[in-house]
Amino acid sequence: MTIEPSERVKQVPPSGIRRFFELAEQQEDIISLGVGEPDFSAPWSAREAAIASLEAGKTSYTANRGKLELREHIAADVEQRYDLDYDPEEEVLVTTGVSEGVDLALRAIVDPGDTVAVAQPAYVSYEPGVIFSGGDPLAVATRREDEFKLTRAVLEASGAAGADALVMNYPNNPTGATMTEAELGEVAAFARENDLVVLSDEVYSELSYEHEHTSIATLPDMRERTIVFNGFSKAYAMTGLRLGYAMGPPEVIKAMNRIHQYTMLSAPTTPQYAAIEALERCADDVAEMYNQYNRRRRFVLSRFEEMGVDCFPASGAFYAFPESPWDDSEAFAEALLESEGVAVVPGTAFGDGGSGHLRVSYATGLSDLKEALARFESFLS
Amino acid sequence: MDSRDELLELLRENARYSTAELARLADMEEAHVEEVIADLEAAGALRGYQAIVDWDELDRERVRAMVELNVTLDRETSYGDIADRIAKFPEVTALRLMSGDYDFLMEVEGDSMSEVSWFISEKVAPIPEITQTVTHYVMDAYKENGIEFGDGEEDDRLSISP
Repeated sequence: MTIEPSERVKQVPPSGIRRFFELAEQQEDIISLGVGEPDFSAPWSAREAAIASLEAGKTSYTANRGKLELREHIAADVEQRYDLDYDPEEEVLVTTGVSEGVDLALRAIVDPGDTVAVAQPAYVSYEPGVIFSGGDPLAVATRREDEFKLTRAVLEASGAAGADALVMNYPNNPTGATMTEAELGEVAAFARENDLVVLSDEVYSELSYEHEHTSIATLPDMRERTIVFNGFSKAYAMTGLRLGYAMGPPEVIKAMNRIHQYTMLSAPTTPQYAAIEALERCADDVAEMYNQYNRRRRFVLSRFEEMGVDCFPASGAFYAFPESPWDDSEAFAEALLESEGVAVVPGTAFGDGGSGHLRVSYATGLSDLKEALARFESFLS
Repeated sequence: MDSRDELLELLRENARYSTAELARLADMEEAHVEEVIADLEAAGALRGYQAIVDWDELDRERVRAMVELNVTLDRETSYGDIADRIAKFPEVTALRLMSGDYDFLMEVEGDSMSEVSWFISEKVAPIPEITQTVTHYVMDAYKENGIEFGDGEEDDRLSISP
């Protein structure tokens, strides 16, 4: 016999990124602006703490919810930075990356037939996560003219009023868009009026260049209906260590932990030691990386402006999201890769609203960025 | 960070950035970049722009030594007076007054060990105020001015990732 995948799995197409990855892998000497993770390594003292924990034989499971010491550090950190107030005992869950956290949350709250609105363009795993949990995803396409911010108008137009939950991600991958407190206020009001649970992936919160990051959970009456996700991958350049956390009201964290304890048991132990050190002592490393990204952001935006490529002023994460010079962004990205050896990701890989655009990651050294954009320019002419 | 600090940080990272590049990276007008740098130079805050060379990669011998110097002072002679005299020698690449067991730490560079030794024994040691020299030759360099001399870490990230 052949083992048939479930209908649920068949419903989810393979990631659009995958095909591009294979194309890029076939070509030698490319400069990739297609990478969705930092080009830095985790701060040395965090790595060193991980090594020390291994030397000390810390290789057993931790508490299901993660080491309490880490949860206490997380709670103190988010309170200080974002004015978020969560009880480390009952309202914080340490997960294997934000991806696990989002998956747990969807499985914990979605019943078959529930509708989950997903602001797009977005990170690739939200829609599949909704489908795997038995729900129906509803795309809410943000627009270039709104600088890819989520607005009441696009929420209404997409029918999100009838949804049960909303997944959003600001600062945003792939657009680099951010939202101010006032702009989030509009979304919060919509969520309250329509009784939506909000899943807010804020993993790029440390990388907001034009204004302070605001968590939607801090807006009036939002804490009770919001699950906030954050992690160590982006700010601390720890993607491969797979460590994130979810914060929310006790009952939803308890429900998520029910799934987590049976499927994951606990997030990996070694990264938890690295994370404690990161929160205790790596603020300077984060600031240094932030400065580097910000300089590259200015460089990339000013180069696109010089080339006459329309690109809204991305203000977060490490992405710019210029308009594709050809209508067909996939064809353009493929041709750019083939002829100039420069890899960017077509916006279509990130769902509705991404078409006609390109994701350009500046998590790449400045000399490579310069060269890649020079090739981009020569390809245009 | 204000624009002056931003420019200093950029120049310390790479002094070869052009004015146009500095303007882009710091989000400033080119004219303003030139003005700030000119002010820093005029104030004596920006003293120079130099290359960091790993001589080993060029198969060329450069001998460097760190020399501890002890001195005696009198009413007419200060540390500054002695330092002025030593710093004038082109062989001396750095000179610092230190706390601890000795007074100055002097860095010397030359083409050969005999040249450096000769310089220390014939030019520096005889200075009347210098009572003692202890010379340490540099055997290998792993990092200079914040630049590591290894092969660097390879970028092993996936070429495309979400």
